[in-house]
Amino acid sequence: MKLKQLECLLGHLQQFSNPKVELEQYPTGPHIASRLLYTAENSFDDISNKVVADFGCGCGTLGAAAALLGAEQVIGIDIDSQSLGIASMNAENLELDIDFVQCDISNLGWRGQIVDTVVMNPPFGTRKKGADIDFLFVALKVASEAVYSLHKTSTRDLRFDVPQLYKFHKKKEVDIAVDLWRFVPKRSRGENINVGVRCPLD
Amino acid sequence: MRLLTHNILSSNIKGVTNGFPLGIEVEKVVEKQVEINHDFLRNIFPKIDWKAFSDASKIMGYVELPEEAPEPSVLDSDLDFLRKFHHALLELHLEEGALVCPQTGRKFPVNKGIPNMLLHEDEV
Repeated sequence: MKLKQLECLLGHLQQFSNPKVELEQYPTGPHIASRLLYTAENSFDDISNKVVADFGCGCGTLGAAAALLGAEQVIGIDIDSQSLGIASMNAENLELDIDFVQCDISNLGWRGQIVDTVVMNPPFGTRKKGADIDFLFVALKVASEAVYSLHKTSTRDLRFDVPQLYKFHKKKEVDIAVDLWRFVPKRSRGENINVGVRCPLD
Repeated sequence: MRLLTHNILSSNIKGVTNGFPLGIEVEKVVEKQVEINHDFLRNIFPKIDWKAFSDASKIMGYVELPEEAPEPSVLDSDLDFLRKFHHALLELHLEEGALVCPQTGRKFPVNKGIPNMLLHEDEV
């Protein structure tokens, strides 16, 4: 599937009708969602034929993009039943097979290494401090291969204790500049650090 | 909710030491066909907790899976087994019912295929 085609399909998804500020609900735009998944698939082979989880899936944009790019199984997790209702409808409209689970990410009971890749656009932590780190922490435990996550550019140097940092350009999402990070959980690489690399979003 | 997802979820209630596998109460099961992917099945097979999977499939009304996990070499040649594995793992959906914590008996409702795993305040 071509990038433009993917972006177009994602543009038809329904989004939050009444976003809840306390949960930091905001849609992941089709522009950034398509590029995140396209990068994950074409640069790293992390999507097609894989089990992909979308953490804090909201209306399901990232999960839908993963399914459209050939993920074998997509699981969307969110705390809010209204969002999950919209996400379910979006999946059905695009004839995608996505499993959804309602839970709080910090209480997620999860077994094993079945999930290959986690994709997410987590809350930035403006409402509940450290929310983005909570998400990252759980994602790194769950994913066996890679975690793709969007974080505010302004938190880049303050929060992440990452040994390697590459100079890539960033993309503006709404009014907030965000970076796409790709994290590799330490177990799968045999290294004793989690490596995070900022990915270019063209 | 498919059985692949069921094979991953566990109860995280405070004090629960073994929250896996979750019990299943069935009210409605739906079958939805999806295209079979042999390579995917071969890759995922070693990661599946077979007993939990096989037991769950029976509760969902599918009795074709063996109790014991077969030798991995079976996956190379036995198309019939692959078809059954695929069907149970990806084509059976729990639409309505509940998942049950194996230790406390607490029920997590499943509505429209979505399990609600939110914990009450005293369970966190």
